[in-house]
Amino acid sequence: MDTINWALVDWSRAQFALTALYHWIFVPLTLGLSFILAILETIYVKTGNEKWLQIEKFWMKLFGINFAIGVATGIILEFEFGTNWSNYSWFVGDIFGAPLAIEGIMAFFMESTFIAIMFFGWNKVSRKTHLLATWLTAIGTNLSALWILVANGWMQNPAGMSFNPDTMRNEMHNFLDVLFNPVAVNKFIHTVSSAYTFAALFVVAVSAWYLLRNRHTEQAKYSMLVASAFGIVAILMNLFTGDGSAKQVAKYQPMKLAAMEGLYEGRSGAPLIAFGIATQSKENPRKQDIHGIEIPNFLSILAFNDPDAFVPGIKDLVHGNKEHGIPSYRERIESGKIAIDALAAYKKAKKAGNTQEAKKQLALFKEHFKDFGYGYYYGRDPHELIPPVAITFYSFHLMVIFGTWFLILFIWLYAELFRNKLENKKWLLRLAVISFPLGFLAQEFGWITAEVGRQPWVIQDLMPNMVAVSHIETSSVMITFFLFLITFTALLIAEIKIMTNAIKKGF
Amino acid sequence: MILKKIWLFYYEGFRNLSSDSRKLWLIILIKLFIMFAILKIFFFPNILKEQFHNDQERIEHIENQLINTNK
Repeated sequence: MDTINWALVDWSRAQFALTALYHWIFVPLTLGLSFILAILETIYVKTGNEKWLQIEKFWMKLFGINFAIGVATGIILEFEFGTNWSNYSWFVGDIFGAPLAIEGIMAFFMESTFIAIMFFGWNKVSRKTHLLATWLTAIGTNLSALWILVANGWMQNPAGMSFNPDTMRNEMHNFLDVLFNPVAVNKFIHTVSSAYTFAALFVVAVSAWYLLRNRHTEQAKYSMLVASAFGIVAILMNLFTGDGSAKQVAKYQPMKLAAMEGLYEGRSGAPLIAFGIATQSKENPRKQDIHGIEIPNFLSILAFNDPDAFVPGIKDLVHGNKEHGIPSYRERIESGKIAIDALAAYKKAKKAGNTQEAKKQLALFKEHFKDFGYGYYYGRDPHELIPPVAITFYSFHLMVIFGTWFLILFIWLYAELFRNKLENKKWLLRLAVISFPLGFLAQEFGWITAEVGRQPWVIQDLMPNMVAVSHIETSSVMITFFLFLITFTALLIAEIKIMTNAIKKGF
Repeated sequence: MILKKIWLFYYEGFRNLSSDSRKLWLIILIKLFIMFAILKIFFFPNILKEQFHNDQERIEHIENQLINTNK
């Protein structure tokens, strides 16, 4: 009989996903708009042209609305760690606590100081001091994101830590290894540059709306010029770091890569699906058949910089592939079970005062710790370790398709502005307006790819979600799920209403 | 003197808020009240802090969870 309360696991996951996805509506606009404001103000200070000041103040007002509605929505996630994910919270120890504490302190000091100067400081501090405060606000908000993403990067690739079986928690032995964890560094740049893209789309969409209505045309064109240039740089950063992400996923989370591409059987010279659909295979219920347009060898290049490299598929990872030195999940489950049993034996021997036995069991535990999380699947079907393939596949591909469109859109808008013919291209302006919600979707699809694609792991290879949850009533998680749904939806409605009113008022 | 300047900076800033900005501050305060005075207190106890008296008890609880899950 299954002793795991899967309803509790699923509701806890759903609640975390809900709060994280809602939180991420507000955050990217803050991260990206803060830099657009800094650039606009720099132009104003350099040129002394009051038109730029008017533009700066308008976007600052929209930034302020988004900041006010979004501030502290992330704290809910920390509440959830303590209540719904207490096993996980203890297990991660300092590794999660330290970056989040730095984030809390940094966010509080930087935001309360520099944002206050930004909003209250006009005519009270010099232009240059005000500009400095605007830049420091941008840097501060982005640094806050760094610490959160360092913590998330650690969950994808635990580095710079060691597990202490006496305290049952991970202890940091090298802060720099945690901070410069390659997954964290790449994730930070990829995530913030996607936020910059989203903010650029916001400015472009609002400006296009004014141009379509023939209102504030000069301010709208100036804003769009800055935003589309900023957007081009941001999306190129996105592409570059997306390439880096693919290589890291191939190295640290090969199952996620296989799910992203719906790759069931590994291949040398693996192609990348440019456009495709996933359907349930008739022959194999565990397989998704992918039908679409392939780019030959591109997945091998993306993952390993080698057009002929072997990219393992889901089957290779579950059943193993001796030719390519990939152990099967069954072998890893056996290894993880040895680690769990050795931990239990170590604790028992320590309590009994048997130091020799404790030492022996500790060595065995350390030897198998890399597979620790797999041990919880002992006696279970190893296929449970496969993430939802269709969701991961579609999220990844839609993110990439939308991202490609944004690059085309920004270049197109910039070129038309340069030729001074944008106002005549009503259809292009309409496309710019429509693209804003696509930017929101691309952001969320990125997170879904990253998080759903690594299921069932909360901490890669070490802790699956079934072990991470607290043993609380499922009904209490369901109640708070709906409370959040109502609260966050109310906040979103407030944001949209206040924001649209401010946009209607204009510059 | 510097403290007084800082105080006046914030005081005047808040005094001269526009009606829209006041509305936003009201939303922030309501939101913080819901989060900290309702959700945190009534729905989100820190399980390990509330159910166990000291770290040793917490360690034993986690030990039990990590060793016995799926047994």
